[in-house]
Amino acid sequence: MFPKPIEKQPRAAQITYKAMLPVALLLWLGPLLAVALFSIKPEADFTNANYWGMPSRFEGAFNYGQVFFNSDMPRYLMNSFLITIPTVLGCVALSSMTGFALGIYKFKSNIWIFFMFVAGNFVPFQILMVPVRDLTLELGLYNTKTGLVLFHIAFQTGFCTLFMRNFIRALPFELIEAARVEGISEWRIFWYVVLPLMKPAIAALSVLIFTFIWNDYFWAVVLTQGAESQPVTAGITSFNAQFRAAYQLMSAGSIVAALPPVAMFFLMQKHFIAGLTLGAVK
Amino acid sequence: MSAVDVPEQESWFHRNQQRIAPWLFLAPGLLFFMVYVIIPVFQSFNLSLYEWDGLGAAEYVGFRNYEDLYWEWADRDAFYISLKNNLIWLLLYLAAIPAGLFIALFLNQTVWGIRLYKSLFFFPFVISQVVVGLVFTWFYDPTFGLLNEFLGFFGLGRLNVLGDERFVTYGIIFAGLWPQTAYCMILYLTGLNAVDPEQIEAGRLDGAKGARMLWHIILPQLRPATFIAFVVTIIGALRSFDLISIMTQGGPFGSSRVLAYYMFEVALSEYGFRMGYGAAIAVILFLIMLCFIAYFLWSMYREERGH
Repeated sequence: MFPKPIEKQPRAAQITYKAMLPVALLLWLGPLLAVALFSIKPEADFTNANYWGMPSRFEGAFNYGQVFFNSDMPRYLMNSFLITIPTVLGCVALSSMTGFALGIYKFKSNIWIFFMFVAGNFVPFQILMVPVRDLTLELGLYNTKTGLVLFHIAFQTGFCTLFMRNFIRALPFELIEAARVEGISEWRIFWYVVLPLMKPAIAALSVLIFTFIWNDYFWAVVLTQGAESQPVTAGITSFNAQFRAAYQLMSAGSIVAALPPVAMFFLMQKHFIAGLTLGAVK
Repeated sequence: MSAVDVPEQESWFHRNQQRIAPWLFLAPGLLFFMVYVIIPVFQSFNLSLYEWDGLGAAEYVGFRNYEDLYWEWADRDAFYISLKNNLIWLLLYLAAIPAGLFIALFLNQTVWGIRLYKSLFFFPFVISQVVVGLVFTWFYDPTFGLLNEFLGFFGLGRLNVLGDERFVTYGIIFAGLWPQTAYCMILYLTGLNAVDPEQIEAGRLDGAKGARMLWHIILPQLRPATFIAFVVTIIGALRSFDLISIMTQGGPFGSSRVLAYYMFEVALSEYGFRMGYGAAIAVILFLIMLCFIAYFLWSMYREERGH
């Protein structure tokens, strides 16, 4: 193990290390903790310029109550879920098929199609912006959740295909050959042999795509406008405009907006990290 | 399709199953990807030769949009500033890689509670850049921001980072480095897990330790992690949009624009809908990205051949 395990260091070093950990963490998360502190302060603290002192009283319940019952926030959150979940399902469905096709079959254009998916995934959003916006307008899907979902599915398929294909490549190919000898059709091989083995990859992708899509801001701004379809990342700017200078509410709103992917991460940590390293680092 | 054909078709399908199956599996994904990603890239190239407000008829203007961009460049105008800022982003964003490695080395221990520490250090990557942007806007706030409280504590003057043309881009990049470092950290932590302990022992016997050990024995084994960190950091730097949009909207006086933001501003905001001109900016950004994409694909191709 590198660096040298701390247990093998002198006692002083061990104590220093253990003392440094919480300090480092506090510094690292400082800006975020500041927002958390803001979110439980009463409004009076800000007018009295008591920004960093102890809250004069605990107003967390009231502030978060305002966010949930007195603003468009629940609507934005709902929209985010209604955009994120179908996208995750769509991406997993499409990419387990494309990944299967590119991972199992040998045909001439295989690697080029694969590279096309990979390259497309790296493209700057701006080069897609005007045509995708036009297409969405033409389909009558501008300012709808469906319009956003369709685009997200398509774009994320690039990354997901990369991931799925590499995962399927690493599966034992003999399994598929054995099934073929048995005369099982290709579709059934996909459904009954390969798909069950892909569960870890599907889990990893789902958490990852959930986070990516939840946190998307650019496309939300380009393809949607009002509270009826905007996800929370875009909604928070209108929310902040509504509560301008009410720092305690803006803070509470930000925390609420950030929470779902954080919860997802903590629940599915192992899968999340496997996904982030693109399976390349084991 | 009449009922009579069915058995014959089925048997033809059966015989050619392995040739057709991949295309059937690819069809839906490929269709989506073509319509929403590949074709729009070419459409944007085409559009960059037109002048179009998004509503009326588009007027073909040849390379005039690019000429205008050239003049903006020559006059040190918005395009020049965006390009320059993009370069600064690219260079400084790379600091996330060594910083991530540093934190990973710091956390690669097995003391009590270390797993929770690792997760909490990773936190900034999971939250949306919009929230990161808000958090840092307040961090830099000239009246109450933590940064200024800090500077005040050391008897230093107040600094309006986001309101000052000299600092604004660096301030936003610093905010961006926060989640990006967390990402690189997790890549390296996973990589460090897989480092071969025997080689470390061998190195120790040869008297290597500290920085020499890191450089000669650990880093070569971390190459896959470094490669991915490099890829995601470059892409992240060139995609920088959210933070700028949230923190400064390109200001003050357009001094924190990058190409990605400038393009959006030109094509879709109060400056009017200059779609063709925006497309030309997007094409330039795309061409910059293409250099890196080509390099990534080339590396992947060699890797594939190696197998």
